[in-house]
Amino acid sequence: MSARATFATASRLFAQLRHDPRTIALIMLVPLLLLGLLKLLFADNELQFQEVGPPLLGIFPLVVMFLVTSVTMLRERTSGTLERLMTLPMSRGDLVAGYALAFAVLAAVQAIVASVWAIGVLGLDVQGSSFALVGVAILNAVLGMACGLGLSSLATTEFQAVQFMPAFILPQFLLCGLLVPRDQMAGALDALAGILPMTYAYEALADIAAGDGSAAAVAAAVTLGFCALALGLGTLTLRRRTP
Amino acid sequence: MPPAQAIAVRGLRVERGGRDVLPGIDLDVAAGRVTGLIGPSGSGKSTLMRAIVGVQVVGGGSVTVLGESAGTPALRRRVAYVTQSGSVYGDLTAWENVRYLARIMGIGDDDVRRVIEVVGLVGSEHRPVARLSGGQRHRVALAGALLGRPELLVLDEPTVGLDPLLRRDLWALFERLRDEGATLLVSTHVLDEAGRCDDVLLLRDGRLLAATTAAGLRSDTGTDDLDEAFVRLIERSGADG
Repeated sequence: MSARATFATASRLFAQLRHDPRTIALIMLVPLLLLGLLKLLFADNELQFQEVGPPLLGIFPLVVMFLVTSVTMLRERTSGTLERLMTLPMSRGDLVAGYALAFAVLAAVQAIVASVWAIGVLGLDVQGSSFALVGVAILNAVLGMACGLGLSSLATTEFQAVQFMPAFILPQFLLCGLLVPRDQMAGALDALAGILPMTYAYEALADIAAGDGSAAAVAAAVTLGFCALALGLGTLTLRRRTP
Repeated sequence: MPPAQAIAVRGLRVERGGRDVLPGIDLDVAAGRVTGLIGPSGSGKSTLMRAIVGVQVVGGGSVTVLGESAGTPALRRRVAYVTQSGSVYGDLTAWENVRYLARIMGIGDDDVRRVIEVVGLVGSEHRPVARLSGGQRHRVALAGALLGRPELLVLDEPTVGLDPLLRRDLWALFERLRDEGATLLVSTHVLDEAGRCDDVLLLRDGRLLAATTAAGLRSDTGTDDLDEAFVRLIERSGADG
């Protein structure tokens, strides 16, 4: 591993983003818009907003980062730039680490902006620490980034990569416990939810909102484990030699 | 002492999509020369180049580059490769593209400036590559390949789609690089470009038709027309086989 190649890659990705201000605006503003919509939707039911607000604070960034990362990585594969990078003195881990670094910073900024908006402007009330909530929102975004990177190797076109959103994210969204609490699910569904990463990302957010710090820490640790797993998978599926 | 052979390919077999793209090819590329890899599209030129730079899954045989097995980490600083598509980031400027590759290799901005000058991109280096012409885009990719003065340059169709003036400039650049000590392997499907190469490898259907020079090709086939020479070689190999 070379830190030089990792930082070079991260700074190259930032340069690409700088040339695409519209994407940055979408990444930053879409979660705000969705949270605002939620607030209006539950205008007469403040309790409901307080309940679904914190989980969605993390899940919106997760979805956005998943899409942005998987499409960026796929472009690298299809444009031939990946092939060229594989002939240079850099390891596959350097490339994935560079991606992780750049998009984790982006994810962090996004999660902070969304949290300030939700807590400061929309009046989201958190029982636990607001800082912990921001931290877990960042973790959610990082999970989306890691999964997008890990799954991008399964897609051969940008259309396929975008289809992974409904195929991979929506089932997890349905099963994570937000719509129906896990203890009310049929046994098989509950078991399935237990092996899906987003379940723990949701639990960490919900636990903090409810003021249960230790349960949140466990769920956050599991989420972090899934991030590492997805990044490892992303590195392994990257091939220096291709058919 | 540099080895006399920059590249030695022995019994190289590559299968792609259930088809033998290279059914077992032997060839040598001499050090310090411009070698043209010439053949129609689909003849296996790109696959052969990918095997030489170590990004192609191979089914058998050996590829030795600068005395080491192709794709060895130590070769990644000594061999530079430009793909047919150029492989540049369209949303970045020429400068940012080349600087990224330089940073990976630990090469400073001085060399970035040098290679941008060498390929003649001064003045347009701060425009996004997507807004440059196809020829300029190729030169951005070429600039990246010149970083750190590699011993071997593997260039896949670098002159395709360029106007004759630019093509002539590029071939002059290749000759200059050779005079400075580099070895170049350049693929093209334009037979006329064989005349610019020191050595010529003619490839068809994954087989080596001839390893010769442009002059040798003409005298061997008894014609000055390189297209006609190629046809005669194909006919002759058909008669042999």
